[in-house]
Amino acid sequence: MSVENLKCKECGAEYELGASYFCEQCFGPLEVRYDHSALDAAEAKRRIQAGSRGIWRYADFLPFSGRPGDPLEPGLTPLLRADRLAERLGTGAEIWIKNDAANPTHSFKDRVVAVAVAKAQELGFSTVACASTGNLANAVAAHAAAAGLESYVFVPANLEEQKLLATGVYGTNLVGVRGNYDDVNRLCTQLAETHPWAFVNVNLRPYYAEGSKTLAFETVEQLGWELPDRVVSPIASGSLFTKLGRGFQEWLDLGLVEGEQPTFNGAQAAGCSPVATAFAEGWDVCKPQRPDTIAKSLAIGDPADGPYAIEHARKTGGGIDAVTDPEIRDGIKLLAETTGIFTETAGGVTIGVLRKLAERGELNEGERVVAYITGEGLKTLDATRDTFSMHEIDPTLDSFDAEFAQEVHV
Amino acid sequence: MSVTVKIPTQLRVATGGQAEVEVEGTNVGEALDAVFAAYGDLRERITQDGTLRRFVNVYVEGEDIRFQQGLETAINEGDEVTILPAVAGG
Repeated sequence: MSVENLKCKECGAEYELGASYFCEQCFGPLEVRYDHSALDAAEAKRRIQAGSRGIWRYADFLPFSGRPGDPLEPGLTPLLRADRLAERLGTGAEIWIKNDAANPTHSFKDRVVAVAVAKAQELGFSTVACASTGNLANAVAAHAAAAGLESYVFVPANLEEQKLLATGVYGTNLVGVRGNYDDVNRLCTQLAETHPWAFVNVNLRPYYAEGSKTLAFETVEQLGWELPDRVVSPIASGSLFTKLGRGFQEWLDLGLVEGEQPTFNGAQAAGCSPVATAFAEGWDVCKPQRPDTIAKSLAIGDPADGPYAIEHARKTGGGIDAVTDPEIRDGIKLLAETTGIFTETAGGVTIGVLRKLAERGELNEGERVVAYITGEGLKTLDATRDTFSMHEIDPTLDSFDAEFAQEVHV
Repeated sequence: MSVTVKIPTQLRVATGGQAEVEVEGTNVGEALDAVFAAYGDLRERITQDGTLRRFVNVYVEGEDIRFQQGLETAINEGDEVTILPAVAGG
């Protein structure tokens, strides 16, 4: 395995491996390019299976020449078959849930940050930073603490309290910006020019994004080296969505798995749906929106990889849908009640779209569907408030019997 | 109107190292045309067939011009026009 260089996804211009992220010729995003010509598929599989219990078992497909030090190694999160969810959805499809809340800071962002922080260290940075909708903030603060690096974490000041608390605790410089995520992102793009910092999702974004491929690799491995027929994944910037596709494609091209690229269904919140809107309108670019949704982790009004997400959904015969805030709450509850997994609002978006697909009859009988749950319900507790009521009783048998008289039969 | 156009670091090879360019114009399109007149190399990097490339964002006083009138967005004396790559974040 060898990491070759950075290549512009738009015009193909090539750049040396370094802290750069966009093409000087056309402003297109740069992507890591590998030379896998010497890779033997059977040997690579053996290395994976003998590897560590996390993302670094896929080191051959990540932008390093060996396994970097990473004390908080994320990954190998559970992939669970969800028959009771399928039953409630009234579908004959086989539904699987990839629970990526089961990571060190409880979201899929640990994957991308583990890669970016390792790259930051390799490139000699002593400070890491990010523009975040919350989950990334948690992950950057934690991984920086674990690596002994300084960190600056920029978030919209009105973020959920749980996400602020779960960031500040790591001793980071937590900066609440009075604006929305896109304002935060613009500011960080400017700061990346004037500060010698590794902004994981700005100047280190080509490496960072590669971390998401590990979610595709794990899915294949956990399905017994088979591909799903369909995936349902949330879309914020569109990076996870497109990198899932790239992960599957790399393994198809290299012969680690056989079959074809799954059908890709993207999930957005109606209150911030620039990618779903562009898909529905048949546009190649997204028109930016001002977010207004409870799914704050997906509230990116100007998504960097929007055009590529649209392209991938079209190419695979899939689609991109949006669900309302009440549908998001219902999605959280449905997943919790049928699988025991409590997800944050982004997961509610994913399950909401899964439900839509089932209702429209778009899930085929017997097809294998993997839905990606990218974050933890405890981070967005407000979304579950008032969705159920508690029985309050005195500590007496009479009080219990009075409350449950109609329900309990011995 | 005289405005300041801020150039991203990576494109300063095309402006002889200048981080900011002072130009005249009544809207964003005119201001950018004035920048291209001075530094011809920039036109093709930033625009394609007369429109902004799809991964270029332009802001007037911090406000994305796509929420306004695009290249027709009016500018006022002393405004700051910022050109930034759109491929960050998420």
